Amino acid sequence: MMERYFQKDIECAPREQIIALQNEKIVKQVHHVWNSVPYYKKLMQDKGLTPDDIKGIEDIHKLPFISKKDLRECYPYGMLGAPLKDCVRIHSTSGTTGKRVIAFYTRNDLDLWSDCTARALVAAGASDEDVVQVSYGYGLFTGGFGLNDGAVKLGCLTVPMSSGNTDRQIMFINDLKATVLCCTPSYAAYIAETMKEQGYTPDQIPLKAGIFGAEAWSEEMRHDIEKTLGIKAYDIYGLTELSGPGVAFECSDQNGMHVNEDHFYVETIDPETGEVLPEGEEGEIVFTSLDKEAFPLLRYRTRDISRLSREKCSCGRTFVKMMKPKGRSDDMLIIKGVNVFPSQIETVLLNLGYPANYQIIVDRVNNTDTFDILVEMTPEMFTDDIGEITARQKQLVSALKDMLGIRANVKLVGPKTIARSEGKAVRVIDKRKI
Amino acid sequence: MSVKQISIFLENKPGTLNELTDILAGNKLDIRALSLSETEGFGILRIIVDDVVETCSVLKDAGYVCKITPVVIAMIPDETGGLNKVLSILKDANVNVRYMYASLGGKGLHRALMIFKVDNEILAETSLREAGISLIEQTDVDTI
Repeated sequence: MMERYFQKDIECAPREQIIALQNEKIVKQVHHVWNSVPYYKKLMQDKGLTPDDIKGIEDIHKLPFISKKDLRECYPYGMLGAPLKDCVRIHSTSGTTGKRVIAFYTRNDLDLWSDCTARALVAAGASDEDVVQVSYGYGLFTGGFGLNDGAVKLGCLTVPMSSGNTDRQIMFINDLKATVLCCTPSYAAYIAETMKEQGYTPDQIPLKAGIFGAEAWSEEMRHDIEKTLGIKAYDIYGLTELSGPGVAFECSDQNGMHVNEDHFYVETIDPETGEVLPEGEEGEIVFTSLDKEAFPLLRYRTRDISRLSREKCSCGRTFVKMMKPKGRSDDMLIIKGVNVFPSQIETVLLNLGYPANYQIIVDRVNNTDTFDILVEMTPEMFTDDIGEITARQKQLVSALKDMLGIRANVKLVGPKTIARSEGKAVRVIDKRKI
Repeated sequence: MSVKQISIFLENKPGTLNELTDILAGNKLDIRALSLSETEGFGILRIIVDDVVETCSVLKDAGYVCKITPVVIAMIPDETGGLNKVLSILKDANVNVRYMYASLGGKGLHRALMIFKVDNEILAETSLREAGISLIEQTDVDTI
């Protein structure tokens, strides 16, 4: 199939052209922030910087970082970079990891953001011929509106389903012959599981592609969803702080997500020292919005651990690729002193044929962490032979120990007893009171 | 012909058994014999019922995971040495018993029923029958 692009001139632009564009944009953006965001101006002044010190993108490392903590201190208007009368919308983070962040958008910000999601849709094979079902939550969450606006811009028939009511989701997929599904990977897995239970085979399902983001998911989960729905599943990356989904997106290569470098400058840093790492090394991903007006974050620390790759991509895009983050460091648990990412647990479960629906329960008893993983019994797994079930359980415990380095207590629970998520999955229940 | 036993996965926590019996009672489904095996985290309930198809479908609709397993049910005279006799037949036939449980075969009938999960149902049945032991067939389940 011929690769298609939404904005080929920029998506496949030579490297020099992107750098020239970034040089021009960063100078302008630093002036914009200096003049409109007193909080950041002060951070710059503390480092003895003025906008004139930033002459091009190579000077960006001089600028101070913005962390989630800064955003909390600035809540709600402290990072606002445009007059409120020019702002037309807000979105907000869920606030599960602390105080929520409210991001503001001008008309132009929304326009550029929908370019980004339209690029992602085209990279997933969509065109104006497609029916795109957006099953991300609409509202404060960026997922619904983000993909909605991109799909409308691309000319797709856009179905603003929002999340929830899975039977109705399936009815619309069938009745409208939806070809592209956009939602969180955990909800995609749930829709897939439900359709399978209702007797649908992959060739009876009209969907051909899915764009699934907003939470960490494993390769194994991708294969499961692809197989059950008979689609190609693409990852998409974004943060409310930067706009929403579409900061980076996957292409037909399905190996890393192209960062929209004309709008976002990406760096990798050592999370401990803040030192910029050579491109290709694993570290914390830092983004700078090069042209956001209302919420112009410079050097925002995402807490996501990943690495960049500038290897030539088979799709023809020249944007740098960001590998699937190992997990947001916000998702990372420290159990018995060991770093545990839920995505690692998911990988083990799916490799051994368990469903991706699981829950991690961490507690502290007598000053020692307890680490339970609830896994649902499935008809495929169940047998009358207790020995066989416990042997599988032991195999799982040992595979988890190999992956994580610590021992988890695996509890088999009844089918469908772990709540299904229609938005972001609740994978972790941390009961520790520290 | 062996009898169809239903094995059901249950979590090992208070009330799970009662939830299940509630559902069976609500659907007027009768349990003829049962055994419960438990591990630390979960248990398997094994039941013999008259209407296997209906029971399975009710349980599946209620969200249970269950499996049908063939078992052999032998009628044992209610007298000293009765069980010993049956087991020695199985031993001679080199049939391995994985688990077994008993059911009183009805008051005043002077017999007990032993339900056997074995590695070879056909061999077990032929040997028992040849030795004159009566077996319960699927169609007889409602009489036990």
